[in-house]
Amino acid sequence: MIKDFGKYIIMFVVLVLVQVLILNNIQVSGLINPYVYILFILLLPFTVPGYFLLGISFLLGISIDIFSNTPGIHAGATVLLGFLRPGIAQLISSREIIEKGNMPNMTQLGFASFLKYIVISVVIHHLYLFLAEAFSFGDILETLLRWILSSIFSIVIILASQFIIFKN
Amino acid sequence: MRSLFRFLLRNHFLMLFLVLEAISLTLMVSFNDYQRVTFFNSSNNLVGSVYQRFSNLDDYFSLGRTNARLAAENASLRKQLQNRIRNQENYPINRPDTVDAPAYIFTSAKVISNSVNKQFNYITLNKGSRQGIKPDMGIINDQGVVGVITNVSPNYSTGLSLLNKRILIPAKITTNNYFGSLVWDGEHYNTADLNEIPFHVIVNVGDTVVTSGFSNIFPDGIMIGVITKYDVVSGTNFYNIKVQLSTNFKTLKYVEVVQNTKRAELIKLESNNVKE
Repeated sequence: MIKDFGKYIIMFVVLVLVQVLILNNIQVSGLINPYVYILFILLLPFTVPGYFLLGISFLLGISIDIFSNTPGIHAGATVLLGFLRPGIAQLISSREIIEKGNMPNMTQLGFASFLKYIVISVVIHHLYLFLAEAFSFGDILETLLRWILSSIFSIVIILASQFIIFKN
Repeated sequence: MRSLFRFLLRNHFLMLFLVLEAISLTLMVSFNDYQRVTFFNSSNNLVGSVYQRFSNLDDYFSLGRTNARLAAENASLRKQLQNRIRNQENYPINRPDTVDAPAYIFTSAKVISNSVNKQFNYITLNKGSRQGIKPDMGIINDQGVVGVITNVSPNYSTGLSLLNKRILIPAKITTNNYFGSLVWDGEHYNTADLNEIPFHVIVNVGDTVVTSGFSNIFPDGIMIGVITKYDVVSGTNFYNIKVQLSTNFKTLKYVEVVQNTKRAELIKLESNNVKE
């Protein structure tokens, strides 16, 4: 248990640093900004209590916010994701799997369910994020384009990272 | 009362969600007064030191390019110095007036964090109030205007990049001296819009746009960019001018912070006009 706790703390720090130092510097004509740090929320065991899930989501979002000078934007998006995660989990998988195998990863969920889980989560999180960032419906088409392209990019990076970790 | 508590306890997941979401939204909205929320930005010490370390590492990969640019800037400054010396030798009487000479002081600083892909981009520099940096100083580099300082901690400072829709820079066209204001278009990291140029003015593609010096933040004549496109919007009296920015915000490394030593005096004088 203690060991797992340490593992999650390291994962938290690594994901925040990778996001703010490397991924925030990726930009292809200003349209693609992948946000991969939400992997932390997605990989928490299904059994974590709700208040902890929300609390840690807020903490993760606000950490990213402080580094990228965007107070509240990431925090709002991650809290929404934390709130919806139990619902998404039930949507993609049967109750037995969620209660028995309590780790949402590729080997336990199977590739198809895991992909569905990642896609739904990333799409919701990114939609909130880009709407909040633009803070208006003025350039709605451009915002939507950024949302779609960035989501695809984030999903690809998340899946690639999972393949690298679980194939070894 | 008991039933209220029971209700809260039963719905604690939803309640906590609403509370945290409300906090996030408050932060988001109140950040418009960006001077006030000083804790939540990258000029705080912990965040500054993380960026500083990473930037130190990253520097090694761009040493060659940075050296080449410094050498080029040295050469151009040397050329200006030569011209000045020659002028003074030829016309010894025509000495510059020393009374109001050092209106601007330049402090060099390193960019330790920078973005170009947001709608509101910010820059973090490795110098702060201990090195004499204060809010509302301009940031420039050898290529042109970079931004304005907004927040300062003892060792770090953050500022609005020119690529931030909240910044408005008084600019003029060098060929005819007509002035307007320059705002980022929010689309591309090297284009901006020049507004308020009336359409009876003759504008050409390729005209240079520089700071007008009316802002008392930037000195007069700092390069901003070159006009690439213009058209008249029907129903208005002003051009819609696109400017290609001369500063490359993607390779920003070393900048200079400009202090106008007479800014306080100017602001005091100008505020008298408002009162009367």
